[in-house]
Amino acid sequence: MTTIAVVDYGMGNLRSVAKAVEHVAPRARTIISSSASEISGADKVIFPGQGAARDCMAHLRDYKLIESVEAAFHNKPFLGICMGLQVLFDSSDENDGIDCLAYVAGKVSRFERDSDFPGCKIPHMGWNEVQQQSTHVLWNNISDLSRFYFVHSYYVQPKDKNIVSGETDYLGRFCSAIAKDNVFATQFHPEKSAANGLQLLANFSQWQPN
Amino acid sequence: MGLAKRVIPCLDVDAGRVVKGINFVDIVDAGDPVEAARRYGDAGADELTFLDITASVDNRNTIYEVVEQVASEVFIPLTVGGGIRQVADIRKLLNAGADKVSINTAAVHNPALVREASDHVGSQCIVVAIDAKGVHIEGETPRWEIFTHGGRQSTGLDAIEWAVKMTELGAGELLVTSMDRDGTKSGFNLPLTRAIADAVDVPVIASGGVGTLDHLCEGVLQGGADAVLAASIFHFGEYSVTEAKQAMRSAGIEVRL
Repeated sequence: MTTIAVVDYGMGNLRSVAKAVEHVAPRARTIISSSASEISGADKVIFPGQGAARDCMAHLRDYKLIESVEAAFHNKPFLGICMGLQVLFDSSDENDGIDCLAYVAGKVSRFERDSDFPGCKIPHMGWNEVQQQSTHVLWNNISDLSRFYFVHSYYVQPKDKNIVSGETDYLGRFCSAIAKDNVFATQFHPEKSAANGLQLLANFSQWQPN
Repeated sequence: MGLAKRVIPCLDVDAGRVVKGINFVDIVDAGDPVEAARRYGDAGADELTFLDITASVDNRNTIYEVVEQVASEVFIPLTVGGGIRQVADIRKLLNAGADKVSINTAAVHNPALVREASDHVGSQCIVVAIDAKGVHIEGETPRWEIFTHGGRQSTGLDAIEWAVKMTELGAGELLVTSMDRDGTKSGFNLPLTRAIADAVDVPVIASGGVGTLDHLCEGVLQGGADAVLAASIFHFGEYSVTEAKQAMRSAGIEVRL
């Protein structure tokens, strides 16, 4: 039986993620875990998160999960969601500059109000379109330009444009999904994105990267 | 193309049951919040708001069970309001599966709660409900004032100043309800909605008074709202969420259809 671990490092509600995964992958064993050994032993890892980068990194350290999460990047299917995308980068401008996990070169910046885009509020909250930038198993059976649910004030800027797997227009165009080897990560919340989000999670549950 | 304006049905929940009419075809149990939530989710609602109107403290805990059940089956954002007094209440709701909480009276009595809450759980989870009523005193410029207790109790707070203050304290979104219009079906209070939307950087949800689909369109086009919330027009089957979105799209508003 496949075990899918949803990493619990004290950053808010993980139930929705776990329930959505259980909904699309009833035959898998879905666990919410803050145990390094359970995460190391799982077949797949989902790394959700919300809130501030500072708290996120501090919690990961406190829970002694950095090693097992970093190991997961390299050896099993890994899905990052929202803050779980942002902490993969070198650093975030949040809280006056926070060093993150540095799996992906690049930084995380805050949206700024822009007179060229009147009416664009911060946080970017609601359903926006994702333009798929690469063919990927996680996009299977999801139409290009499908809408997903976003809620965030910071966005990622990868140095290597080849890893950009989704882009979205808000205060300009930003990277809303990345794909790198066995890692896929989204700025939007698939667990809150109705049918499209459930499809993405179903695709993840079946994903067998080479 | 870009961010869609949201349509949010609002359900009143009392002791774990949906109250006020829910009129869906083939609905098994109109009072079951999970069933109602599922129907709205399937119908294309962009979010759901549950307002816990339970007066009895004993029955308060039922809202957590409701949220847990809904969050297990309905995969769109869920906001819960009503009876929130402290950060512990907020944590409990978020842990049960709510994505956002809406704070109203408690923010008026204890504005520091908004800062404390947003520091702990993030601004994106904190909606502040602004219930305002027009005040017209002879010789003074008409203004809007914050009311509590379902519009019965005046606070002397200016609604626009209050809205700005709430975002400064960390509110990630404002739910603006016109007490003058609530239940009247005569449309949102557009000048109030507009004044607040122009004054703050965060998204604004217009609420109170929707009777027609044109009202929803006006809330966005004239009120400057990022989302529109309505109860009775959806519950009684007058209009479906899809019809609402089609009307908005025809008016040139971007929606998720």
